[in-house]
Amino acid sequence: MKLKRLGQQEVVFAIFAVLFAVFAIFLPGFATTDNMLTLLQNVAVLGILGLAMALIVIGRGIDISLIAALAVPPGLVLQMVQDGYSLPVSMAAAVALALVFGLVNGWLIAYAEVPSLFATLATGIFLAGFGQAVLFKLDVVQWSTGMSGFEHLGQGTVLGIPTSIVAFAVICIVVALLLRQTRIGAYFYAIGDNPYGARVTGIPSRPIIVLQYVLAALIGCFAGFVLAASVNSMPTRIFNSTLIYDVILVVVLGGIGLSGGRGGVVNVIIGTLLIGTMLNGMTIMDISYSGQNLIKGMVLLVSVVVDSFLNPRNEETAQQGDI
Amino acid sequence: MQETLVRLKARYWPDHLLGEILSKRWTETAIPVIVLIVVAFALSGLIDNFFTPAALSDTARQAGEVGFVVLGMALVVIVGGIDLSVGSMFALCDFCALYCLNILNWPVPAVVVATVVCGALLGAVNGFLIGYLRLRAFITTLITLIIYRSAYDLLLFGNSVKIASALPDFPSWDFIGMGNVFGIPSVALVYLIVAIFGHIFMTRMRPGWHITAIGGSRRSAYNSGIAVRRTIALCYVASGALTATGALFFAARLGTVGGDVGVGLEVTVLTATVLGGITLGGGNGSVAKALAGTLIVLLVTNGLTTLGVRGGFNRMVLASILLVAAIVDIRWLKNRTRIISKVYVSPTYHFLPPPPSTEVGKGGPFEQNDKLRDVTLIGEGRIEAPEDVILDRHDNLYAGSRHGDIIRFLAPDYQTMEVYAHIGGQPLGMAFDRQDNLYCCIGGMGLYRITPDRKIEKATDETNRSLYSVNDDSRLRLADDLDIADDGRIFFSEATVRYEMHEWPVDGLEARGNGRIICYDPNKGTTHTVLRGLKFPNGICIASDGQSILFAETFGCSIKRYWFDGPNKGKVEVVMDNLPGYPDNINLASDGNYWLALVGMRSPALDLAWRMPGFRKRMGKRLPVDEWLFPNINTGCVVKFNEKGEILESFWDLKGVNHPMITSMREHRGHLYLGGISNNRIGRYKLANADPDFVQYDRRWGKQS
Repeated sequence: MKLKRLGQQEVVFAIFAVLFAVFAIFLPGFATTDNMLTLLQNVAVLGILGLAMALIVIGRGIDISLIAALAVPPGLVLQMVQDGYSLPVSMAAAVALALVFGLVNGWLIAYAEVPSLFATLATGIFLAGFGQAVLFKLDVVQWSTGMSGFEHLGQGTVLGIPTSIVAFAVICIVVALLLRQTRIGAYFYAIGDNPYGARVTGIPSRPIIVLQYVLAALIGCFAGFVLAASVNSMPTRIFNSTLIYDVILVVVLGGIGLSGGRGGVVNVIIGTLLIGTMLNGMTIMDISYSGQNLIKGMVLLVSVVVDSFLNPRNEETAQQGDI
Repeated sequence: MQETLVRLKARYWPDHLLGEILSKRWTETAIPVIVLIVVAFALSGLIDNFFTPAALSDTARQAGEVGFVVLGMALVVIVGGIDLSVGSMFALCDFCALYCLNILNWPVPAVVVATVVCGALLGAVNGFLIGYLRLRAFITTLITLIIYRSAYDLLLFGNSVKIASALPDFPSWDFIGMGNVFGIPSVALVYLIVAIFGHIFMTRMRPGWHITAIGGSRRSAYNSGIAVRRTIALCYVASGALTATGALFFAARLGTVGGDVGVGLEVTVLTATVLGGITLGGGNGSVAKALAGTLIVLLVTNGLTTLGVRGGFNRMVLASILLVAAIVDIRWLKNRTRIISKVYVSPTYHFLPPPPSTEVGKGGPFEQNDKLRDVTLIGEGRIEAPEDVILDRHDNLYAGSRHGDIIRFLAPDYQTMEVYAHIGGQPLGMAFDRQDNLYCCIGGMGLYRITPDRKIEKATDETNRSLYSVNDDSRLRLADDLDIADDGRIFFSEATVRYEMHEWPVDGLEARGNGRIICYDPNKGTTHTVLRGLKFPNGICIASDGQSILFAETFGCSIKRYWFDGPNKGKVEVVMDNLPGYPDNINLASDGNYWLALVGMRSPALDLAWRMPGFRKRMGKRLPVDEWLFPNINTGCVVKFNEKGEILESFWDLKGVNHPMITSMREHRGHLYLGGISNNRIGRYKLANADPDFVQYDRRWGKQS
């Protein structure tokens, strides 16, 4: 009984603490201030994406296209500035692109009723292809002088804290407020808990679902800004990486069940810390990229199995064809 | 003038075919096939040498390799899952084949077996996780995609050079890769064999049906005792094995292990699956659809590559096709029945002149009277829906009931009632043959026979399929009434081939000649259709010459005569038309004339509506069913007529209490017994001037000693 009270987030946090301690003791160079800052900076982008994903997963969806939203609109900013547009105009264009992208995702899922996994898989590929074929001249969009000042978002500090971490914190607070303090946040949970029930109750579930995907795309775009600012370019090939799995890992490990209606910002933070620590430790241990992926995949698999036992799918409200 | 146009359009424009075609399952396969043809034509116009034998053979090889993977994916999607790990499995199997061949130097058959087993094992991991642990298919195979891919990369790291440097020289291996049989690439041939087996497996074998059932409704499949978890797991194993087969041919053809083998394959394969019309979420799909989808995707991607577009465009096109196909598929699946029910009803033009008067005081044979007011009632409240009534040689009374029973009332007082036989369906017209077998038309089932010792036997439930009809009309939907010729042949009517029993009013709204008359020969056991295109053929009675039948067309408001033998064989003649009501059953009267029941009376509103097909079509589309104009069947009468088409007498119940409606009547020993399909009683009316010893089947077949 006691054990059941001990929720997933406490367990994951304990694992994180143990892992952190083990790495700190056995890995030389792990527990240094420099490494800690690197870890946090690396984790910031992942964490922001995790928040976007959390919004969707709480509403019983999933958004595979987040990486496209991360890569393409910020890449557009860099490209446009390179081509001589001013930074604000480029930013506006990028945000508009992300907005449209979110709307398309939301429409496909809420109105055309395409399963979210499937819709976002296809739209993600589309957006990435669009970027590759139409928007960008090179796979890595380069920094240009017009961007000066923008890099503070990724490299500067506020009161001694790296800006990227501050950005993560700000998004955390915004999402937490949205989920816990507003009516819309309550709707997210209601839809995730029982979509049909929510609809019958009179919640405008379709517009709310569209809003979820728009918010996710905008947050993903913001994560892309942070990423671009911290590495001074936009490597659009990131779309082909396994970053999206890291994001799902963060959400699922943190304790936001894929069956929706559960979890919150705290879970994302815990999941992010654990994954960040794990990735950082593996990098220090010099495990190859493929090896890291293998381990990540195994951990993700175990966590999904555990998740399915802790949060069994609700067979009453599970849709036929809910793959 | 305008009415002539309407009439011509209704007559020659095959309006009803659209609904029938759409309600066919194969239309779902036809759409991707049409898309395929359009794509092929468009590309052959854009690209030179698109259809040369060399290019075709090349496409066939690729199509075979990808086709195997699509078959696996189709299987998994039909069972209600998805398999994103196919690309990585493909790569691992490719590696496995080349490793066994180039480094371990195994013989080719062993390599083939090892590769397929490798694929099956990889699939088994998915199957265990999704089938037995009941994880979500999408997320699980996404994870195994990463794991398998990383494993492949790690394996590749140590072995790629060794594999690339070895140059195996096995003719059989080359044959797998590049061989031809009669000009057909080996891979295409194997694919064809697997596809044909797959088609038979999915449509004709029990496990295939189980797979479709699970995809259609997992819980129902479980409740009906299907081993859901095992079946799902095995589907993933099969998907792995099929992917391995594709990879084997790929390995034999190219012999390379690169970092990008199978990357993004899952998207291509998924696009092919969805494009073919295999429904995401399961329960619907076929091998033909998988093949059509594969070919479309391959033609498009190959075409784009040949046209030299940038890689990004390729992705965009593929993603767009994927999305559009998914949306169309989902919307179609959701609205299919609604669309079909809207277009299925297709009213036609039906003109009737003003009916003869039935008013009191106007004279004429149909003048209303009150003769049926004082009929005695049999089985009131104890029987439901006696469409037809019949009496045997021992004066017992039989009637059908709504519950699928043949009820018998025992002579002489008809108070004792028993279930003579339970058949099911809705028993309609009845007749005794020479051996006292009771033949009965059962709505929804066919023609049945009850032997004198109460054994129920099916006489027939199907006839020859019409050559040019879209609907399969071989099954009997609404067998209605029958009579038996001297040589034992049974002629019975089927009221409509387009609707089920309970939808008969919709057929009335349509007023199309949807019915037919069928002949069953018990001596040969054969059934064939003798007359088609009749407007709700109903009552049937052998005419006095023994070579023809009189039959009633309910919505045609006419009685016709059809000769099945003799000098006039095949001739159809109108006996009476423009009746004031809708004729139902016809039976023999003791004086050699015929009894006819009018089940309902015509109304000017419906007569007018029958001349306006467009009006009725709009009505069918915009109004709920219970507000449509239907033929009324709540009042009617019995008339006596002769073969010349003269009405001799009519019997009415103006009060409408005892017999609101009449569908059938039999004369027996000076009484007329009345049945009605919406009544809860049988009426018995004392006839004046009738032969008090008349027993229909004694006269028909000769009195038994």
